[in-house]
Amino acid sequence: MSKRLLLDRDSVPRLPRHAKLRFDRARDCWIINAPERVFELDAIAGEVIQLVDGTRTLAVLVDELATKYDQAPRADIERDVTAMLQNLADKGFVIA
Amino acid sequence: MIDQAEAPANAQTECAAATGTSDSRNRLIPYAVLCELTHRCPLQCPYCSNPVELERASREIDTDAWKSVLSQAVDMGILQAHFSGGEPTVRKDLEEMVEHASKAGLYTNLITSGVLLTPARLDRLREAGLDHVQVSFQDTESENADRIAGFRGHAKKQEAARMVRAADLPLTVNAVMHRQNLHHLEDMIAMAVELDAERLEVAQVQYYGWALKNRQAFLPTRDQLDEATRIVEEARVRLKGILAIDYVVPDYYARRPKSCMGGWGRQFLNITPAGKVLPCHAAESLDFLEFENVTERPLAWIWEHSSAFNRFRGTDWMPEPCRSCDRREIDWGGCRCQAFALTGDPDTTDPACEFAPQRHVLEMPIGEAGGEIPEFVYRRIGNG
Repeated sequence: MSKRLLLDRDSVPRLPRHAKLRFDRARDCWIINAPERVFELDAIAGEVIQLVDGTRTLAVLVDELATKYDQAPRADIERDVTAMLQNLADKGFVIA
Repeated sequence: MIDQAEAPANAQTECAAATGTSDSRNRLIPYAVLCELTHRCPLQCPYCSNPVELERASREIDTDAWKSVLSQAVDMGILQAHFSGGEPTVRKDLEEMVEHASKAGLYTNLITSGVLLTPARLDRLREAGLDHVQVSFQDTESENADRIAGFRGHAKKQEAARMVRAADLPLTVNAVMHRQNLHHLEDMIAMAVELDAERLEVAQVQYYGWALKNRQAFLPTRDQLDEATRIVEEARVRLKGILAIDYVVPDYYARRPKSCMGGWGRQFLNITPAGKVLPCHAAESLDFLEFENVTERPLAWIWEHSSAFNRFRGTDWMPEPCRSCDRREIDWGGCRCQAFALTGDPDTTDPACEFAPQRHVLEMPIGEAGGEIPEFVYRRIGNG
């Protein structure tokens, strides 16, 4: 990797090979396994990350969440989701 | 939104302040198991995290015993298996174990010196489901690196790191830093970028076992350490999103102890080549403890009920000032092995804490840091 990835609405985020998403029955939550780290996702983060599959743009992903959670303003969802995924991208656990 | 827990692979890894998670019966669920497949290794690094009493090949448990351990680990809720050593690639059955772990759903990490890796072997490991490779480096300058390792392997390590990336496997460069190579820290960061690593672990030597024997040869001065911290902080900003840098400050210069292993018996277990189950890789230095063996007891029983795992678990064992400290469930009293090694008392606060009654034991080594550099006591059988 030679430069920092900055996510925008047209980015198609996905998990890199070294970050593996799965549901963990013992802890009853979605987790990402990464080198010497485990990210335990809360219910909302778990919903978001399941849409990070390398087929949806960030805009489409936010649209889907906005439809599902129609009590929250789309702009708020977009802000929160972008911040969450950029944070993971900066640690190398989301690529696009 | 996201809770991050470290799944520490060795003592050179900083543990997060996570308190761990519990199941519905309020039992702690470990995150990771470190499988020390062998103590055999071509390298002789004088800071090796293996115990001073090395296990001989004839005592190693077999493939089926390891497979059973890995299956049991999954049932316990363990998420990651680290394959380490010694040099784990010495074991010809490594692929079989990685495949077993991977199929069972474990995240698999190979911790290697890289000197025995070939492209064909890496391909087989990748096919077996290996998720990540961590290659250790002793320095960036080959002459000094080979001198520290007691083995001419630096060039081969660089080649191995390139093989890992060529096989499209993610790479962590593990750089153990100390007074005899800290002046190359900037080069080490540049090398990790050049090798296309995702992650660099800048690990300062932690002083147990072999490293304690060689402390005077490794302990940096305060000024060296401050310079290293400045370099890492600058690089983290410059390389954000390009290279993740984990940085562990040596305890001797810390004000608070590290949360060793995320707390004794909370997140992690270590299995020795002979099948003994330890709360951390250095725990055998606590020579008054009895460790159970996977060939004799179920892993879950050992985790939950064995005397060794319960000896320092939680906060009940703690002395003052830990017992009434508001950080008692953050650093868990620090490291038991260090407290015992430096003071002879395993129940005292880790001297790495500035409030420790025996903090003064760090004065002598810190006072002598930067002095004459003694010869290494190399890690090899019979040298302990």
